[in-house]
Amino acid sequence: MSQRMRINGGIVDRSKPLSFEFDGKQLQGFAGDTLASALLANDIRFVGRSFKYHRPRGIFTAGPEEPNALVQLRRGPYQEPNTRATVAELYDGLHAASQNYRGSLNFDLMAVNDLFAPFLSAGFYYKTFMWPQAFWEKVYEPAIRASAGLGRLSGKDDPDIYDKGFLHCDILVIGAGPAGLMAALTAGRSGARVILADEDFAPGGRLNAETHEINGGDAQGWTASVLSELKSLPNVRLMKRTTVYGAYDHGVYGALEKSTDHLPMSGGKPRQILWRIYSKRAVLCAGATERSIAFGNNDRPGVMLAGAVRAYANRWGVAPGRNVAIFTNNDDGWRTATDLAAKGVSIAAVIDTRSGAAPADVAGATIAMGASIVDTKGRKGISAVTLSNGTTVPVDCLAVSGGWSPNVHLTCHQRGRPDWADEIAAFVPGKDLPVGMSVAGAAKGALTLAACLQEGAKAGAQAAQDLGLTASMAEIPEASDEASAITPFWHVTESKGRAWIDLQNDVTAKDVQLAKREGYRSVELLKRYTTLGMATDQGKTANVLGLAVLAEASGKSIPETGTTIFRPPYTPVPIAAFAGRSRGKDFRPTRLTPGHEWAAEQGAVFVEAGMWLRGQWFPKPGETHWRESVDREVLATRKSVGICDVTTLGKIDVQGRDAAEFLNKVYANGFAKLPVGKVRYGLMLREDGMVMDDGTTARLSENHFVMTTTTANAVGVFRHMEFCRQCLWPDLDVHLISATEQFAQYAVAGPNARKLLQKIVDPEFDISNDAFPFMGCGEITVCGGTPARLFRISFSGELAYEIAVPSRYGDGLIRALMAAGEEFDAVPYGTEALSVMRIEKGHPAGNELNGQTTARDMGMGRMVSKKKDSIGSILSERPELNREDGLALVGFRPVDRARQLKSGAHFIPKGKTPSLENDEGWMTSVAYSPTLGHSIGLGFIKRGSDRLGETIVAADPIRGESIEVEIVSPHFFDPEGERVRA
Amino acid sequence: MIINHPLLGPRDAAEFYYLGDASLLDRPDWQAPDAADKFYEYQYLRDNAAGEHRELWYHEQGDRSWLIVTRDTLTHDITKVELAHDVALAKQADPANTGREG
Repeated sequence: MSQRMRINGGIVDRSKPLSFEFDGKQLQGFAGDTLASALLANDIRFVGRSFKYHRPRGIFTAGPEEPNALVQLRRGPYQEPNTRATVAELYDGLHAASQNYRGSLNFDLMAVNDLFAPFLSAGFYYKTFMWPQAFWEKVYEPAIRASAGLGRLSGKDDPDIYDKGFLHCDILVIGAGPAGLMAALTAGRSGARVILADEDFAPGGRLNAETHEINGGDAQGWTASVLSELKSLPNVRLMKRTTVYGAYDHGVYGALEKSTDHLPMSGGKPRQILWRIYSKRAVLCAGATERSIAFGNNDRPGVMLAGAVRAYANRWGVAPGRNVAIFTNNDDGWRTATDLAAKGVSIAAVIDTRSGAAPADVAGATIAMGASIVDTKGRKGISAVTLSNGTTVPVDCLAVSGGWSPNVHLTCHQRGRPDWADEIAAFVPGKDLPVGMSVAGAAKGALTLAACLQEGAKAGAQAAQDLGLTASMAEIPEASDEASAITPFWHVTESKGRAWIDLQNDVTAKDVQLAKREGYRSVELLKRYTTLGMATDQGKTANVLGLAVLAEASGKSIPETGTTIFRPPYTPVPIAAFAGRSRGKDFRPTRLTPGHEWAAEQGAVFVEAGMWLRGQWFPKPGETHWRESVDREVLATRKSVGICDVTTLGKIDVQGRDAAEFLNKVYANGFAKLPVGKVRYGLMLREDGMVMDDGTTARLSENHFVMTTTTANAVGVFRHMEFCRQCLWPDLDVHLISATEQFAQYAVAGPNARKLLQKIVDPEFDISNDAFPFMGCGEITVCGGTPARLFRISFSGELAYEIAVPSRYGDGLIRALMAAGEEFDAVPYGTEALSVMRIEKGHPAGNELNGQTTARDMGMGRMVSKKKDSIGSILSERPELNREDGLALVGFRPVDRARQLKSGAHFIPKGKTPSLENDEGWMTSVAYSPTLGHSIGLGFIKRGSDRLGETIVAADPIRGESIEVEIVSPHFFDPEGERVRA
Repeated sequence: MIINHPLLGPRDAAEFYYLGDASLLDRPDWQAPDAADKFYEYQYLRDNAAGEHRELWYHEQGDRSWLIVTRDTLTHDITKVELAHDVALAKQADPANTGREG
């Protein structure tokens, strides 16, 4: 069986045969074929099963509008479901398979659905699966999921890469048919930067599919000469295989380029590229899509759109049948008859719903004017048609033309609505087009070649002139206005068989009528109730027909019935393309501190903190559980000295004559009088009175402060401070800059912290307790002249410092610190030990500063100064936030010290049931304290500070653990704070 | 969307962080006798305009300017872009000047 349906002509390259596989069969095609044309060349017409009823279906169209011929391409992890065979470019070794059946395509077990069709009408799911309610989860949903969905994903990682790109142009021309080519040519000659994007791999649009003449020669020759001129213009970029799928605000268009889909392997290049195109003007030349007519059993393999039948014959040299009938309501359908007849394909009959004289003479064909087709016969392919006059004509292919609908989709992406044009019985672009867009050619309703060429040239010239360029109307090539008259005809009402409207979703004329009877008169509701126009094809061949049948049922006109809204994308865009390179670890950037390499050398276990990677703990040989490492790090720090990388804290440099006043306004506590050389804890509120962030701010000189923020809030706090500076207090002389990345910073904590630092701080700087007391700060040098900043602050509760150096010295500094610390048995500690020590000290952190808590909740209510204007101070006074029985942060320890606390547990009075009414608060942070030898926790509980010593239940019904806990002070360790001042 | 930055020219909206109604510039006087009510209104009450809307955008992936963008919420048509700093300064010089026209 070697391409027995191949006939003469076409633009396939017969010198390049290609092998491919379909459902296990080895087949041959030619370069220039689509999978669909190659299948038809091999006389394969039954290519899939329909979605709902599993009816045999064949190739229906020759373009992106295909509702039926959805196939799986490629194998293994490369597998790609639901690809339209009509746009899949053939390559050597292509592997394709049909989909949506159980068993085999020929003997589909699910085809039984077709027998139950009377029960599966519109709204079937809504009506059937409502009761009993308990059945939904266990019975209905699994069953529906198993039988739904067309193709299957591989479930494996996609090994191909996908990319994103940005393009800028003056004029974007969408579609390279006759109108688009003329628009691009005219605009290109004016010097404008032009992008011409076309979804096909062979530009030319319908010119490739027709037998038109231009300037007295064949249209393909003209297309080639225009393309060659466009390629010679440096200001024109021709993008083949590129679908402009969406029109967005301000001249931005989305486009998908299938860069290597037509190759067996992508060879390291992106498979697809998602382009964002910025344009000043856009000319939409997207052409038109043919639609069907509703009549009995109009869905059998072999029933195709007339324009598609012609395209297979003219472009690909393939006869879709040996004995073809045409059913039309317009002149264009007749071209299929004459073109095929000219190629020697036998035309059995031409059935035209219009009465009057036949527009053309077709040798050997039965001509039936004012007639229609009421039914078709055949099992896995059409074998005969039954005419309204009762005669039956044997055929193996039926070409249907219900007229052409302009592709107005992109004109509606900004909520524009199309207008109805009676003369072509179709929707045309409305007046409210996206800004900068014009429409030309068939997309605008100009359905003849001469009009397309003329309009394209005009639109291209106009767009260039709008941009101040000189454009002359190119010489309009000579072409004829072919006959295209139409008399609307939608639905053969005398048909008894099911008349399909939406082939992809198995929606029939009866479903539309039923939906209307049940009250779904609005077209938007009709769509959702019947699924008309949904899924991968978005009803490109079905929408107008569906509207017409609804209009017929409601006794209204089509424009009165309205239309659904077109939204992007025009054709499906894979999620992989939207993701681009943002996959897996590359989903977002990874930020590493200057000390990262050193930490990795120590075998640190890292944890993601926002985009940062931070050392979580540093296991030593022999340690088998993370707790062993963390306990050791805590005890060693409290006993001697530990070092922690705190580079990730946000650092904001604040400078200016009014810097102190500015900080006094953004912090709730006072900052105006902070002396030079001192650091202060700062509490930042949001304007609504909730705590936003906390940190320390050091005054390095009169007009120079350095603020730290929490790691998580670094970006948000900086943005907020810029808002305050620019929008609230524009007169203040203050400037901000984020210095998070510019400094590496380490905490050095423990009784030996000073001794360690004294070994590396240059001798001219005195850091003794008297000269450099708790909360002191200063600019110093270390290791013989390296500039550094030293802050005597403590999160751990120990004698502690934070030392910052310019990032480039960060790696050197951590190595110098560890070397100097050797004699003190200094340990590096990670975020876990940091957290244990801060819980032991009762310091709030992210779990407590969750955006829903106030300074008062935190026990810091008195820090909010009432003597000055600061963000959040007024609204922090709201009564509800200051209730007598409000939450307070306190400590908790298990009554049975051997038990472990769990964060997230809720506090319930003893003897009461765990419920919302009895809920008194929740545990925010817990840790095992190696210092105390038992589990400790922080949490918010009502009137907490008055309840020290009380016992309550920390209820944890989800994890099934509820234990008794004692309310204690949050300061578990060194409550007097003697160690920090030592 | 494209925002025509007064200093940097047309920039893609993806470079910006969106905050909301530009009335956030009109922060009440903390010492006013009805400060609590005024701050409540300032913080929580917003017009949800179908049409022209003055709103705050922050050029986070750029020069960190806060901008006041006048945008039609129905069409996304942007008719004016100002530096919030300039508007705030003008408002300080003349408190009656809210920056809104008409």
